[in-house]
Amino acid sequence: MKISLDQFDKAFENRIRLQVMSVLVANESYDFNSLKDLLNVTDGNLASHLKALEKEEYINVNKSFIGRKPNTQYSASPKGRNAFKKHLEALENLIKQQKL
Amino acid sequence: MKETDLYSELSSIRNIMERSTKFISLSGLSGILAGIYAIIGAAIGYSIVYSYRGGLRYRNYYVTDRDIIWQLFFIASGILILSISTGVFLTIRQAKKKGEHFWNPVSKRLLGSLAIPLIAGGLFILIQMIRGEYGVIASACLIFYGLALVSGSQYTFSDVKWLGFCEIALGLIAASLPGFGIVFWTIGFGVLHIIYGAIMHFKYNQ
Repeated sequence: MKISLDQFDKAFENRIRLQVMSVLVANESYDFNSLKDLLNVTDGNLASHLKALEKEEYINVNKSFIGRKPNTQYSASPKGRNAFKKHLEALENLIKQQKL
Repeated sequence: MKETDLYSELSSIRNIMERSTKFISLSGLSGILAGIYAIIGAAIGYSIVYSYRGGLRYRNYYVTDRDIIWQLFFIASGILILSISTGVFLTIRQAKKKGEHFWNPVSKRLLGSLAIPLIAGGLFILIQMIRGEYGVIASACLIFYGLALVSGSQYTFSDVKWLGFCEIALGLIAASLPGFGIVFWTIGFGVLHIIYGAIMHFKYNQ
């Protein structure tokens, strides 16, 4: 059964971006390395998805250093939270439609 | 998008939210071992107290001898250290088995929320011991430990919260029945840990 994707957020089409957003919605903030471990993805892969979410202004980036090591914290912006909620609602609606 | 995709999408969101907020590599086995250590420790403590008084012929409601109290204190500390090292060791092993890093933002938060009531309680008990107020020790141990578990439970299995409530309740009962501290201490740290550890082991470890 094919479903229209009109109401879906393009930014969340990718599974990793959706997972990143899920983590950031459930937590105050998360750092790059912990995200990488949690999602089990490579540096480059994660970085490019984070860039995409940053471009959409769905996440806030806070770069700092712990000693000499860079420590980048990510958190969900209000816009990102809203978009995530809308995306979940769209998923929910699709399920409801299928049950009819 | 197919229907199965939809459900796998939702379950992946759910799964990742849970894994990013809860530390689930706590080992049930370490609970059982901690319980056994506690019972052994309590038995040693009991024999120290009652051999000193010449057998079980009479029961004094308060142990007030400084030497005995400090001996008990060192036994209790030894058991605490042994339990914590066993717990840490088994938890790291469990995390590795699950392919998880044991040192992640969630385990840090878990330790932080456990540490505050435990440190406050530990200092409180130490102060009471120095002042010679031995009657509150057993109940204070149980109550502060219970509070630590309840506060830590938001970052791990919710079963931990119930263990915490039981410890607090036991601590309060112990406070109203002075002289039976060692009995409640044994139930709280020994029996409850074994029951909890067994439940956790069979519920999550299989």
